[in-house]
Amino acid sequence: MGAVNSMPAAQPPTVGAGLEVTKLRVVFKGFVAVADTSFRVEPGESFGLVGESGSGKSTVLRAICGLAPMSGGQVSLVPTPGSAPASLPLPGSKAFRRTVQMVFQDPYGSLHPRQTVDRILAEPLAIHGITDAEARIERALDEVGLGTGFRFRYPHQLSGGQRQRIAIARALILEPQLLLLDEPTSALDASVQAEVLNLLESLRRRRGLTFIMVSHDLAVVTHMCERLLVMQRGRTVEQLASDDLAASKVREDYTARLMSASAGFSRPAVAPNPALEP
Amino acid sequence: MSAPTVMATDPLLVVDDLRVSFPGRDGDWTEAVRGVSFSLGRERLGIVGESGSGKSQTGRAILGLTAPEGRVSARQLSFRGVDLLHASAAQRRELRGGRISMVLQDPKYSLNPVMCIGEQIVETLRAHTRVSRAEARRKALAALEAVAIDDPVRVYRLYPHEVSGGMGQRAMIAMMLIANPDLLIADEPTSALDVTVQLQVLSILDKLVRDRGMGLIFISHDLRLVSSFCDRILVMYAGKVVEEISSGQLDQANHPYTQGLLNCLPRLGQQRHPLPTLDRKPEWAL
Repeated sequence: MGAVNSMPAAQPPTVGAGLEVTKLRVVFKGFVAVADTSFRVEPGESFGLVGESGSGKSTVLRAICGLAPMSGGQVSLVPTPGSAPASLPLPGSKAFRRTVQMVFQDPYGSLHPRQTVDRILAEPLAIHGITDAEARIERALDEVGLGTGFRFRYPHQLSGGQRQRIAIARALILEPQLLLLDEPTSALDASVQAEVLNLLESLRRRRGLTFIMVSHDLAVVTHMCERLLVMQRGRTVEQLASDDLAASKVREDYTARLMSASAGFSRPAVAPNPALEP
Repeated sequence: MSAPTVMATDPLLVVDDLRVSFPGRDGDWTEAVRGVSFSLGRERLGIVGESGSGKSQTGRAILGLTAPEGRVSARQLSFRGVDLLHASAAQRRELRGGRISMVLQDPKYSLNPVMCIGEQIVETLRAHTRVSRAEARRKALAALEAVAIDDPVRVYRLYPHEVSGGMGQRAMIAMMLIANPDLLIADEPTSALDVTVQLQVLSILDKLVRDRGMGLIFISHDLRLVSSFCDRILVMYAGKVVEEISSGQLDQANHPYTQGLLNCLPRLGQQRHPLPTLDRKPEWAL
């Protein structure tokens, strides 16, 4: 990909690092939240994790960035073709966190209520000892379409969509290569969701980012991702391409059931008490 | 209000020019609901809008649950001939939970956390009808069974934190239906639930509405879901009803807001990059 073609030296849209998860296992006090999940995301790819609540999809993301304890398995970065694999940072290290950043579901809960946008954006820069904070903050706000007028506002002075843009700016300010997106639009109105999804797509294109996106909404995931993994109760149901899902080419019953459920309510098809629990 | 002549086709609820406003910091008033009018028979009516459109405030005003600092006015707000605006507090209490009840969005926050589910249902029933404890318990168990809970005796004893979201929401529906209301207002009843559980809860609601001949007001932000469930939909924007659509005619929506709202959702099997966004016109809010 990018490494072979010679790019103009001025802008470096290097295709970011990918990620490989092998037999990931997360156990909370004897409860297996994620059971031996494996997947590989190529550099520059967009990958989706789908499932209902309790399926372990968010826990996978949290384990990748060190917010949930891993009881087994491995997480490692996948190098861009052509680059030296030895230089890749290990999970848990500061360099890894600079490469892999996360955007959380609820923009009302994930921004510090007593800090201004400026301070929220300055903190990751301070942690990683980056000096050109001034320029970076202005650029980050510009990139998420907010402009510097928002710089000294508090989160409560922003709408939900604007807050989520700040959360995206905070994740991008370190210039990571991989973004973990945990239901980034499920707390937003439909029209705002479209704006945020478009923003994420254009950022990915411009910066050559890799996405791993968690969502319960099949339409959103197939819109954003090329491939996806369906999870249920901590287990992998199946891995498939978004195009196959859109064409109803699914192998597992559970996936088909999720698909029909997301199509909406239909009076004759739904019996009063369908035994949906397998 | 003079008592209206009773006809078989009399609507259950008449809302005419409903306005709800709240005081701002400087003594100015903001209107959250600006002249909403509709009448409801024994049917399923959907009210759809985004956050801040006034859909929930409309539902709360009907029940008399507007926050105390808010101001409610209307040309007419009547439920089966009872003028709700001038009803006494006692009269409204009588109606609330008894004749009109409400299912709220998240069972985690709207059930009493320190009371077991069965007792909460019994409490509702005994607030509105004179029944013995034993009879109330029997009825509560029957209500839990009616919302497709397999083991009502076990669930009766559980506390809200011990049940899943879908189970909690079914328990809340059981509680709201035990006094046999004529009108059920459901404010985002399935938004906190998983898609498959969502359908289960909807089919339970659907069956209860059909069997009991209740009126249902279904408030939601999800235009598609509502259109697959309700007979008629009111689309709200900035405190006003901008469009009324009958179910199944969603594709014939006229208002640019409704069209925009439908258009900006990603759809399975359609690649549209970037997604069309909603271009809010100031004149919609006039």
